[in-house]
Amino acid sequence: MPDFDLIMYENEFRRIDEELKKLYQQSNANVVFLVDKNGQLIASAGDTSEIDTTSLASLTAGNIAATGGIARLLGEKEFTILFHEGENDNIHISLIGQRVILVVIFDKRSSIGLVRLRVKKASENLLRIFNEISAKSEKKQHEKSLDESPFAEITDEDIDNLFK
Amino acid sequence: MSFINYSSREINCKIVYYGPGLCGKTTNLQFIYRKTNPEQKGKLISLATETERTLFFDFLPLALGDIKGFRVRFHLYTVPGQVFYAASRKLILKGVDGVVFVADSQLERMDANLESMEDLKINLAEQGYELERLPFAIQYNKRDLPTAVPLTEINSAINTDSTPWFEAVATRGSGVFETLKGVAKLVLMELKKNY
Repeated sequence: MPDFDLIMYENEFRRIDEELKKLYQQSNANVVFLVDKNGQLIASAGDTSEIDTTSLASLTAGNIAATGGIARLLGEKEFTILFHEGENDNIHISLIGQRVILVVIFDKRSSIGLVRLRVKKASENLLRIFNEISAKSEKKQHEKSLDESPFAEITDEDIDNLFK
Repeated sequence: MSFINYSSREINCKIVYYGPGLCGKTTNLQFIYRKTNPEQKGKLISLATETERTLFFDFLPLALGDIKGFRVRFHLYTVPGQVFYAASRKLILKGVDGVVFVADSQLERMDANLESMEDLKINLAEQGYELERLPFAIQYNKRDLPTAVPLTEINSAINTDSTPWFEAVATRGSGVFETLKGVAKLVLMELKKNY
């Protein structure tokens, strides 16, 4: 397999959550969220009640993937920032460490300058956390440690129950 | 590449429906969407052209239930089948946990099936995957059509590695959930193997 599964534990999740909350407040954003490059939502901050975050996560990842494809055609490694401007809301998408996507949705209470500034700072902190997570996931998979894994016990019956 | 979140107690797995143009990948997802309870599904997103051909992908998130206290979420994707969307197809395969190859049973689509299967292997290899080592199921779709190739024949042409296969008529929904369940089982068993 080319990549290791991403395993998120309570401790790292809390640190990510705090970092997103800080970014949300400091950038005056409406919503901030973090998406795996494969399209899975990792965490969010702000009012997400009106937003279909699962769909947004998948489409954002598709957007980044398509832009990455364009970049490679042009001989660039990656375009790390995408910005979409709407009538009311704007969306700032940035790639952190080739692995996760940071999305900030904001309106006229904020500005692109402020968002870029705050995103830069938050990205450094998030990158550090994700490097730790990757190292931990990789180690875990190497060791195949079964000490706390609930998955070793999956039975056919469990799977059948999902499809009842 | 599954995403296991111990904090929210969720497992996320990505399943991609692959196959030649007009073989019924989107139809599979549409049927699953129609027949799943509202609380178990998200929106079905289709990035399609005006003539309803898939342009980039379809996406359907499903949360069918819990296993060992973890919510199991499947993210189903389709690729655009038409040959000239090769670049987009590659992108969708990123981070895939399981693949369903939807084959079109009609005699006149046999070449297209084989070409698409080859394309799948090449695109997976480019991302560092081997089809033989991935959870993988084949669906023989459109079994109701008069020009459908007999099962033994289509299976020996396409299924060279004794992959689990399913018969289907996706427009009526027959075989659709059986295929999904088949690949989901393989994905979860892979998870079991790795942890």
